[in-house]
Amino acid sequence: MTALLALFLREWRLAVRVGGGALMGALFFLIVVTVVPFGVGPDLNLLSRIGPAILWIGALLATLLSLDRLFQVDRDDGGLDLILMGESPLELVVLVKCLAHWAATGLPLVVASPLLAIFMNMEPIAIGATTLTLLVGTPALTFTGAIGAALTVTLKRGGLLLAILVLPLTVPVMIFGVSSATAVLYGNMPFATPFAILAALGLFAMVLGPLAAAAALRHAGE
Amino acid sequence: MRLIDYANPTRFLGLVAKVLPWLGAVTAATFAVGLWLVFFRAPADYQQGETVKIMYIHVPFAWLSMFCYMTMAGSALGTLVWRHPLADVSAKCAAPIGAAFTFLALATGSLWGKPMWGTWWVWDARLTSVLVLFIMYLGLIALQETIEDPARAAKASAVLTLVGAINIPIIKFSVDWWNTLHQPSSVFRMGGSTIDASMLIPLLIMAVAFSLLFVVVHLMAMRNEILRRRIRTMRMIEAAGAE
Amino acid sequence: MDLGNHAGFILASYGLSILVVVGLFAWVILDGRAQRRRLAELEARGVHRRSHAQTAETFGEAR
Repeated sequence: MTALLALFLREWRLAVRVGGGALMGALFFLIVVTVVPFGVGPDLNLLSRIGPAILWIGALLATLLSLDRLFQVDRDDGGLDLILMGESPLELVVLVKCLAHWAATGLPLVVASPLLAIFMNMEPIAIGATTLTLLVGTPALTFTGAIGAALTVTLKRGGLLLAILVLPLTVPVMIFGVSSATAVLYGNMPFATPFAILAALGLFAMVLGPLAAAAALRHAGE
Repeated sequence: MRLIDYANPTRFLGLVAKVLPWLGAVTAATFAVGLWLVFFRAPADYQQGETVKIMYIHVPFAWLSMFCYMTMAGSALGTLVWRHPLADVSAKCAAPIGAAFTFLALATGSLWGKPMWGTWWVWDARLTSVLVLFIMYLGLIALQETIEDPARAAKASAVLTLVGAINIPIIKFSVDWWNTLHQPSSVFRMGGSTIDASMLIPLLIMAVAFSLLFVVVHLMAMRNEILRRRIRTMRMIEAAGAE
Repeated sequence: MDLGNHAGFILASYGLSILVVVGLFAWVILDGRAQRRRLAELEARGVHRRSHAQTAETFGEAR
């Protein structure tokens, strides 16, 4: 347990410090959201309607961009071999690494989203709902993305491939995340229905992600 | 005769050489019967007119896009669990064929949709899930092509294939749910039981014909892949001997 | 045989399907020929697979 806690702290410190991972992701998020009005026009009604979707797409892209270094740094410096030989089960190690990665890069996105939602002219209730769905949904993105990160760990430039592999798998999270955020806006259905499914998807990704990523890492290490 | 008896590639090649001509003949015959029924016997739909002829290829393509993926998922299990030497050859060869059929399902769906809906593309639940499946096929092929070492590429794509297989039902469910949210109903409802026998029989024959076609192309591609790996080994032996 | 108002769409979908299927066959047949030619070249140069046990390595199984 202490080993996993130490790993969490190490990963978190590294992610926060090296290359300013946390700030970088949030900055990218800000830029994506800023660029959208240039594309669709500064119509505030339109922006408040598509706001939750924009925030979700921004968070999705920001998460994916930060993921390619999840295992690659460890592979480059040989840390991955130590982890593979270590006593802690690889699945748990991957889980802890994902949690630390999320705490360093996903959480800042969630914190920044209410601020960005103001730019999108969203109503307070929609801001709250979107932030809540991002809080529940971004871990699912990180866990799913870990599979792609593990599969592309041996590649020099796996970033784009990682996004291609992972994006189709994130479709359900995206659908239910945006749906629960817009449910409170339109009131066409209870917020709890899609939100419960989103939470279920998150828990499912928490199991499947580490299992599949660990399998991929074992075979990559052979 | 068990599957493991054909773990030896040489024996597998022998079997393919024996079976392939017969299988090819049966495939051609099934296509002849199916196409004859479609073009000379099947009635026009009272609503869609002759456009319904597109259904006889669109539905088999959609079915095959799933069937190819199931073949790949089975092969992926064979690679990871039983380490069957031919499983990864089978998975690797099924991917481009599956992508081709999925592309055809999308293209014929679009060509069918234009006269029916008035647009080339509708974010219909079925078409959208097939589009996501198509992207997954392309991702798998990209992964196989990018990792150079064949053994490592096989393991990585096997993991991804299985993850995809687990996720496909979830994606399908989400897309259906999303679709009912945004548009109440779509134009084609191909309810399985409501279709008349005069259309169902040609459809089933066409589905069988395309499935046989898949098996023929898959076996031929597997034979090529086995030879390719044999050549790779021989080149490595040659290079090692030259030193 | 009358294909109705939308004959173009029907012919286009069947035509495209035939094109892709022919393409698949062309791929496997041409690829097969190329592999066989390379194999013959290697064998002509006197390279042999050492034994049948060696084939396992071809498939990346034996380590």
